[in-house]
Amino acid sequence: MSRWLRSFGAFWYDFVVGDDWRGAAVVAAALALTALLVHAAGVNAWWLLPVAVVAALGWTLRHAIKAS
Amino acid sequence: MNSAALFLTVFVACAVEAVEALTIVLAAGLTRDWRSTFQGMAAALAVLAVVVAAVGPALTLFPLGVLRLVVGALLAVFGLMWLTKAILRASGYKGLHDEAGIYERQVAAARAAGTGGRHGVRDWYAFTLSFKGVLLEGLEVVFIAITFGDNQGNLPLAALAAAAAVLVIAGVGVAARAPLARVPENTMKFAVGVMLTSFGTFWGAEGAGVHWPGNDASLLVLIPAIAVVCLGYTTLLRRTRAATPAADIPPQAAAASSADQDRAGTTVPTTGPSTGASAPAAGSLTSEEMPR
Repeated sequence: MSRWLRSFGAFWYDFVVGDDWRGAAVVAAALALTALLVHAAGVNAWWLLPVAVVAALGWTLRHAIKAS
Repeated sequence: MNSAALFLTVFVACAVEAVEALTIVLAAGLTRDWRSTFQGMAAALAVLAVVVAAVGPALTLFPLGVLRLVVGALLAVFGLMWLTKAILRASGYKGLHDEAGIYERQVAAARAAGTGGRHGVRDWYAFTLSFKGVLLEGLEVVFIAITFGDNQGNLPLAALAAAAAVLVIAGVGVAARAPLARVPENTMKFAVGVMLTSFGTFWGAEGAGVHWPGNDASLLVLIPAIAVVCLGYTTLLRRTRAATPAADIPPQAAAASSADQDRAGTTVPTTGPSTGASAPAAGSLTSEEMPR
């Protein structure tokens, strides 16, 4: 049962996060920060996620090339 | 996003997935056993139908803001994965997605695999290969159609676009009886990656509480901006690669990342002829054959 659960979890991790966790981590962190800025500080931080996505792409590409 | 843009985005994204599923199904059917291949395909479609039946109504239970936050995050992550691979391929750091090569490797693996049936299926290898391929690619089709359709309030049109893409690719595949090697898959993935990332960013930020300047019109800036950034990354990497001494350039066949480790831990060549050593384990798919 635990083996089945492990492989089930691994499948969904692979499906959602994929080969490199960096992109998912940056997007999640940027969304959390955006929500915090909007709701706690009253800042309409529409610019944060696009900047984070561009940075995440650069980071992922850099890591992929280094790894090769 | 108007209806034409919604239809086109979902159609192209789902067509890419359908091309990949077709390659796997053809490899299993032509080299092994069509009946078992169709059984695997039917089983995968049944699972997908259950997923749609379960996920569809469940989506209506969530507030739109929460839905956009979650769906936006997932789309942005998916888009980043597509863009990473597309940029690495376009800049030469990774071999182009080669449906003919993937097909050859699948055929070699299918021929090398043992025979035998289970649970009323004549050829278990063909069944599992077909099942996994159709299920994995199909999950992406379902996800894209549901998320785009639901967010745009036009689920029927998104479903129609997804169905049309699958039917067109299946029809062409049946007519050609060969993998669709001439489809400009990397260009399509690049374009779809830009769309997924842009819409994911837009919806995700909206879900987090942001009000975009100009509301939906901001997409007209966001999409080209992300496309330009991606083209910039591609140009930069091409120049970097050209400036790198030949001895330091990894062969295109080398993996650009652990992405080229398949689920069984086998390194997957992205170019060159297939060999027995690179053939995936029975019933398994390499990362090149996987979605994205």
